[in-house]
Amino acid sequence: MKKIILTTLTCALFGTSIYAQKIKGSDTVLPLTQKALETYKKENKSVAISVTGGGSGVGISSLLSGSTDIAQSSRKIKFDEKQKFAEAGKQVKEVIIAYDALSVVVHPANKVTKLTREQLEGIFTGKIKNWKEVGGEDLKIIPYSRETSSGTYEFFKESVLKNKNYMNGILSMPATGGIIQSVSQTKGAIGYVGFAYLNDNVKALHISYDKGKTFIAPTIENAKNKSYPIVRPLYYYYTIINATCKAFIDFVLTPKGQKVVSDAGYISVE
Amino acid sequence: MKRLIDTLIEQLIKMSGAVTEITVLLIIVFLFKEGAGLFNASEVEKGYTVLVHSENTVERLSPKELKEVFDGNIENWEKLGGKDEAIRIFRFDEIFSIYTEDELGKDYVLLPEKLEEVISADPTIIAYIPQKYLPTNLQGIKELAKMNISLTDFYIGKEWIPTATPAPLFGILPLLLGTLLVSFIAILIAIPLGVGVAIYLAEIANERVRKLLKPAIELLAGIPSVVYGFFGLVVIAPIIQKIGGLDLGETAFAGSLVLAIMALPTIISIAEDAMRTIPKAMRDASLALGATKWQTIYKVIIPFASSGIAAAVVLGIGRAIGETMAVLMVTGNAAVIPNSIFESVRTIPATIAAELGEAPGGGAHYQALFMLGCVLFIITLIISIVAEVISSRKIIKE
Repeated sequence: MKKIILTTLTCALFGTSIYAQKIKGSDTVLPLTQKALETYKKENKSVAISVTGGGSGVGISSLLSGSTDIAQSSRKIKFDEKQKFAEAGKQVKEVIIAYDALSVVVHPANKVTKLTREQLEGIFTGKIKNWKEVGGEDLKIIPYSRETSSGTYEFFKESVLKNKNYMNGILSMPATGGIIQSVSQTKGAIGYVGFAYLNDNVKALHISYDKGKTFIAPTIENAKNKSYPIVRPLYYYYTIINATCKAFIDFVLTPKGQKVVSDAGYISVE
Repeated sequence: MKRLIDTLIEQLIKMSGAVTEITVLLIIVFLFKEGAGLFNASEVEKGYTVLVHSENTVERLSPKELKEVFDGNIENWEKLGGKDEAIRIFRFDEIFSIYTEDELGKDYVLLPEKLEEVISADPTIIAYIPQKYLPTNLQGIKELAKMNISLTDFYIGKEWIPTATPAPLFGILPLLLGTLLVSFIAILIAIPLGVGVAIYLAEIANERVRKLLKPAIELLAGIPSVVYGFFGLVVIAPIIQKIGGLDLGETAFAGSLVLAIMALPTIISIAEDAMRTIPKAMRDASLALGATKWQTIYKVIIPFASSGIAAAVVLGIGRAIGETMAVLMVTGNAAVIPNSIFESVRTIPATIAAELGEAPGGGAHYQALFMLGCVLFIITLIISIVAEVISSRKIIKE
């Protein structure tokens, strides 16, 4: 009797782990996917999908090797990654599931309330070193960056630094929470975080991408109507899709799924 | 029957020993195998190449020069030994804003041709493109000479910028010095404290206090390092910043303090055990000769337990040098050569932990991280050998 129970148990375990659909990739998209999946599972109890993080690059390379069904990514697939899929004879499809806006944060006591893209580039590449150069008090600027493994790091480099390299020896934090913590306790600090992480311990700056003509406040509305400039799409990538995954992606794109997106602090696809 | 079981158990123990040894060996071989490839990797990112116009007199640029050019810090060819002309930077993606997808043909068959058109049209251009789309017809175009990453660039390079395009910079000097500095200061703080507490527990404290304190201290070793890291970030770093009047709190010193706290349980526990194994007769003899308690401690107890204390210190150092998570959270991770302990540093374990996740498998960055692992391994190996030598030396002179 015991043996039978054991065998069935093992079968059940292995069965689900073999047939469970996998979603893998960006840590930025991870909480979103998890929340969406929770909601989705309430309606479809039998669904077996597992979600893991690891970084956008990890997700995409897993998709290429076939060890995941959907890759979640916080950056667009790179040209050479696309080439690899083409070489392997696979066609990769993308779907935008949400938008994430990055805000630039400083210590609440900092008098500076707005910066242009050029000033931000100067600060993060190390050319602007003191707050008085951008209209603040005489205080050393301490820029905080994310670690190189994060999609946020890549996106900020692309969008704000125009592909220039961060300054040599920039402070880098392993997690967004670390940036919030450090910026809130360091007077001259500046850092960048996703909208979902903003709180009262830090101050988000108004940003201008047109050389200082208009400064846009970092609000959800501005991000939604596309006037706020530092917004990035979040993607799901897949090659061959099965019914389970298709149903889940469709669910995320429904109004119900998009409500989960907004509730999680991201911007829904309109 | 009994003998059979005996031999069986003996063989089993032997086997498990052998398996452990082989596993350790395999890990080391793997570490060095993965790392060694670094010096066969090209300076320019794998699969990419850097092109200039054929009239350009510059033949080769170092990784550092390439970075400065693409960051816009060097704007004139004259500084690189060329003509007095402004440099035009051309990144591969720009081709898509010049030509439409249709013009590039199916599967980008026409891409090399178009690249050639663009590059040969501008004598001041420097282009960074995938090797795959290197134009077949190299008229009007010159490929810059590519060198492999050199040993000197790696071991005495002063800049660690692994994501720099087109040429990443893998200079481990700032990481190495950061690791050594943080661990050294940590040990400097931990040794006197640790040995002091051990002496108190072994010699001075009464039995009840000892029974209470020792498990409490050993409990400290069981706290996950990420908790220490968070404690350091939220509590220690702001305190250091306030007291020192510093710009920021995430400094080498904050890391050292956290590491010292983490190394303490190991040091205290082992040193105390060493002192308690000293035969009671030794202590009694010393006291009988009229020595005071303090004289007994530093003339008899400490010399007698010195090999145990040395082992404690070495294990403490090992813990400090290899510690990853706590350091990652409190030292700020800035890859610069530290001038003082009140500056931010980046350590080797923190670098590996933070970067390996996204480094493409088999690429130069991945290999460089493994090479860092090798360096760390060699450092700990040296420490172990030194400890072996120290503890085998007889300290008490007959």
